[in-house]
Amino acid sequence: MPVGANVETTVLGADEIILNMGPQHPSTHGVLRVKLRLDGEKVVGSECVIGYLHRGVEKIAEHRTYTQFAPYVDRMDYVAAVSNGLGYCETIEKLLGAEAPPRARVIRVILTELQRIASHLFWLGTHALDIGALTPLFYCLREREEILKIFEKYCGARLTTHAFRIGGLQYEAYDEFEKEVERFCKEFDARIDEYEDLLTQNRIWVGRTKGIGILSAEDAIAIGATGPVLRASGVEWDLRKAIPYAAYDQFQFKIPTGKNGDTYDRYLVRMEEMRQSRLICLQAIEKIPTGPIMGKVGKVLKPPPGEVYHSIEAPKGELGYYAVSDGTTQPYRVRIRPPSLINLEALDQMVRGHLVADVVAIIGTLDIVLGEVDR
Amino acid sequence: MGPVPLDNDLVKRYRARFGDGIREAWLDRNQAILVVGVDRLLEIAIYTRDEEQFGLLVDLTAVDWPKRERRFDLVLMLYSFEKNERLRIKAHVGENEPAASVESIWPTANWLEREVYDMFGIIFTGHPNLKRLLLPEEWRGFPLRKDYDILQQDEAWVRENLGIESGQ
Repeated sequence: MPVGANVETTVLGADEIILNMGPQHPSTHGVLRVKLRLDGEKVVGSECVIGYLHRGVEKIAEHRTYTQFAPYVDRMDYVAAVSNGLGYCETIEKLLGAEAPPRARVIRVILTELQRIASHLFWLGTHALDIGALTPLFYCLREREEILKIFEKYCGARLTTHAFRIGGLQYEAYDEFEKEVERFCKEFDARIDEYEDLLTQNRIWVGRTKGIGILSAEDAIAIGATGPVLRASGVEWDLRKAIPYAAYDQFQFKIPTGKNGDTYDRYLVRMEEMRQSRLICLQAIEKIPTGPIMGKVGKVLKPPPGEVYHSIEAPKGELGYYAVSDGTTQPYRVRIRPPSLINLEALDQMVRGHLVADVVAIIGTLDIVLGEVDR
Repeated sequence: MGPVPLDNDLVKRYRARFGDGIREAWLDRNQAILVVGVDRLLEIAIYTRDEEQFGLLVDLTAVDWPKRERRFDLVLMLYSFEKNERLRIKAHVGENEPAASVESIWPTANWLEREVYDMFGIIFTGHPNLKRLLLPEEWRGFPLRKDYDILQQDEAWVRENLGIESGQ
């Protein structure tokens, strides 16, 4: 069957069956349903059925003011709410022609990078759990908890933080903020080594991930994959470098890439990304500028008619917002480009030829969040 | 602020190649927008990918302007790795007017066009598997159209499949 088609399009062979996986399945990370077309235990085709978590976020946006809509975006990728908020706030700032002050931008970078680490930790823990390694989950959630505590101290919320405001920040960093971020970052380096001790050379882990779900660079670009999925296929491309936003042009960091585009490379890329995020945080706390945290935006936001597309490098890939204004206080249209949805589209070509157990590994390696896939 | 007409080298190349297939060219908040004829969308898309090197279709979506004669804007967000540049291509599409699918040029359009069909009801010709992406297949109505109220739902579907009077 052709890639991206219906699993029932062609007549089933004598040895073929269709197996349903999900939507209630622990390894699908939410409510993802995959229809697998199998020849014995080999996958010959697949089809994703999504939409179980569809809440019509884009429709809601048209019925709220720009400010009122901001908390809704936290509920898309709910393990990386800070990143969602950054993308939305910067988009509306661009639409308004406003800018956040330097201090706000650096604090935004720190919180977003911490969020990237938290998101990758959650990915690592659950991905390893899916494959059968129980221990990393406890380690990862232990460190993630430290980050959530920083968020809680900063804005009062752990998950759906609504940390930023259009035009800057609502809250000043608390007194011990720099110290706590620094302490976390200093300790975290050894913790990543610990995870790597558990997995990188582990024979079972290597056996379950090496050569599984290979995506070539050409295929990755054609299917629109971004983020660690694209980088593991060997494309050195990161929006933080390519089109810098917030304050990323002030910091030194590397873009890790893979060679083979398999599950193991995606694992290595995300591990290195956590180290790089840690380095960005350490640089950023050294030079948080003084000054205001809120730029000049009115109480009532009325962007001039027109449109803008802005995207950020979220933990899962390019998170884009396309906002259209008709000059009123409510957006005329907000389109959200969810990285998870478009990375998930690559699943069909990645699972072909592999076993059912590998499908679990490949769903895990794509790092999807169904709240964002369905919106 | 706001859109201003654009006439740079890129637009000149497109105009020389496609003539009145390029209807308008704008610059809005420093972002280039080309408005093209929907009947020429496919050849313009092939040229955009192969000659102008916009290899990544970042996003494909639509905007509804019900008062306009051709009510939909079909919007393609493009990115070029070689030039590190973005381009937005738009086409005006009427309510019962099909648009050519660009799935054969950028495979990622497969799901994106399904979502646009799902939410706006735009038909894409040449799409290999055009059916709803997020809503149930039997659902009637296209929620992101402006004349679809935010509380509206397919009540017959809700009654039949969920066994309740209303989902609200």
